[in-house]
Amino acid sequence: MEQFFYHTLVGQVILMVLETLAVLVPLLIGVAYLTLMERKVMAAMQRRRGPNVNGPFGLLQAFADAIKMIVKETVIPSGANRVLFLFAPFLTFSLAMVAWAVIPTGNGLAVANINVGILYLLAISSLGVYGILIAGWASNSKYAFLGGLRAAAQMVSYEVSIGLVIVSVLLAVGSLNLNDIVLAQRHVWFCLPMFPMFIVFVISALAETNRAPFDLPEGESELVAGFFVEYSSLAFGLFFLGEYANMILMSSMISILFLGGWLPPLGIAPLTWVPGPLWLIFKILFCLFVFIWVRATFPRYRYDQLMRLGWKVFLPFSLLWMIGTAGFLMATGLLPHAGGVN
Amino acid sequence: MAQLVFYVFATVLVFSAIMVITARNPVHSVLFLILAFFNASGLFLIAGAEFLAMLLVIVYVGAVAVLFLFVVMMLDIDFSRLREGFQKYAPLGACVGGVLLAELVLAFSNWQMAPAAVRTPLAIDPSLTNTAALGTVIYTHYILLFQACGLVLLVAMIGAIVLTLRDQPMGRRQVVSRQHARKVGDTLELVTVSLGENVAEHGGFLRPKGSYYEIAVPGSFGVPEPEAQENEEKGA
Repeated sequence: MEQFFYHTLVGQVILMVLETLAVLVPLLIGVAYLTLMERKVMAAMQRRRGPNVNGPFGLLQAFADAIKMIVKETVIPSGANRVLFLFAPFLTFSLAMVAWAVIPTGNGLAVANINVGILYLLAISSLGVYGILIAGWASNSKYAFLGGLRAAAQMVSYEVSIGLVIVSVLLAVGSLNLNDIVLAQRHVWFCLPMFPMFIVFVISALAETNRAPFDLPEGESELVAGFFVEYSSLAFGLFFLGEYANMILMSSMISILFLGGWLPPLGIAPLTWVPGPLWLIFKILFCLFVFIWVRATFPRYRYDQLMRLGWKVFLPFSLLWMIGTAGFLMATGLLPHAGGVN
Repeated sequence: MAQLVFYVFATVLVFSAIMVITARNPVHSVLFLILAFFNASGLFLIAGAEFLAMLLVIVYVGAVAVLFLFVVMMLDIDFSRLREGFQKYAPLGACVGGVLLAELVLAFSNWQMAPAAVRTPLAIDPSLTNTAALGTVIYTHYILLFQACGLVLLVAMIGAIVLTLRDQPMGRRQVVSRQHARKVGDTLELVTVSLGENVAEHGGFLRPKGSYYEIAVPGSFGVPEPEAQENEEKGA
């Protein structure tokens, strides 16, 4: 059996498919229940009941929504670029799935434990803008196009500060491997010594996933629904799934970079009995709750304020903090050596 | 297996590079360019340079090509006009291309390396990862050249900013701290109006205290510069 799975080509392919499914199936179910969680949590914050008709506590609501979406008619606007119009939602969805290959759920427990894991995540998340930009352009509609342009400008702006925050974390770790990043937080989670960077990262993650209060690309009051205004049926569903999967991905990035990934808060007995993947799931759920909480609390930013925050506040601040981190580590001799962690 | 993967990437790379220059629609051209970047990064991965592969995707696909696409999408292109002068300019284009090709062939056939430029590659500790090895080479052995490159890029960046910066104010400016410091009393006046009367002494309707030109941030469109204002006052 072991011989078959590890040493023959067919066995390796089967193993890889199984590993992929083991990540993607829970992820998609998670996305389905995230939509329900969002509606329930926001309902509770606004003193409503939320979905409560389909199944006990509305637990089947997500599946009812999915079936509704699938049986609707796909409308392709006349004058739209058909190929690109249909390509955009697939791109958004598949990019949101592909990034999960490197997320470690336990010590060494990832589909691909690669050396440049964090760069891979950064690369995939920087590609997310194409789905939106292409959708906006291919729809041949001014609202969709404006939404696409806004999204592109916004995501490129906040990518810069996300990159600098990641660099200051990497300075303290000395490795680009996600597994090493988590293991470096055995003694103290990075959210404590780098608290300002943690806040910058969380806010940038909100902007990167186009969530409230930075959901200008889909500002329904001025752009109808932004870049996916012309989409319907399954194509719309793919955008929806991709967006929520991206939210979970960003939450897991926050957990891994700042909240110690699969590590328990303290290395003492009752906490260490809980398996690592469960800790990661708890942390992701906490971050998602914060995402929803923010959406229910804050009004939308104005566009010039958004740009000002990204370029004039976060960028200089994270740059300064990065230089400060490097200087501090150098002065105290704590700078990890490149050869130390491989 | 690795060879097969290489040929797949290389074929798609060459195909998409050709499509970049032959595609009618410039947006399609940029998308093919992105596909070409992707396949180049795939080739890097096969060669074992995973850091360069990721950097190619982050920098070129994630930032540079987004801005290309951004600009190209906003172009309003008439395809019939694009083909208009093709017959007229074809001979000239062929001439320029032919001269460039001939020069390239000449340059490559007489290629010689200066003996001083040929150096043995640095000895790298094989236990290091690619990224660490690259860092060691760039930041210790070639730090001066690296910083010089950075300086050149900085000059280019400042140049671009200076070229596009307009002295003429284009819109309203705002100072966030000033907005925060504003109190209700600074902007609103509450008037008790008895029944049947109006607020005629305020001009018939209420408006915030001070006109736009008085309260706007200096430097906004249409607002005189502070020095000019002082001079006028002195003159009066």
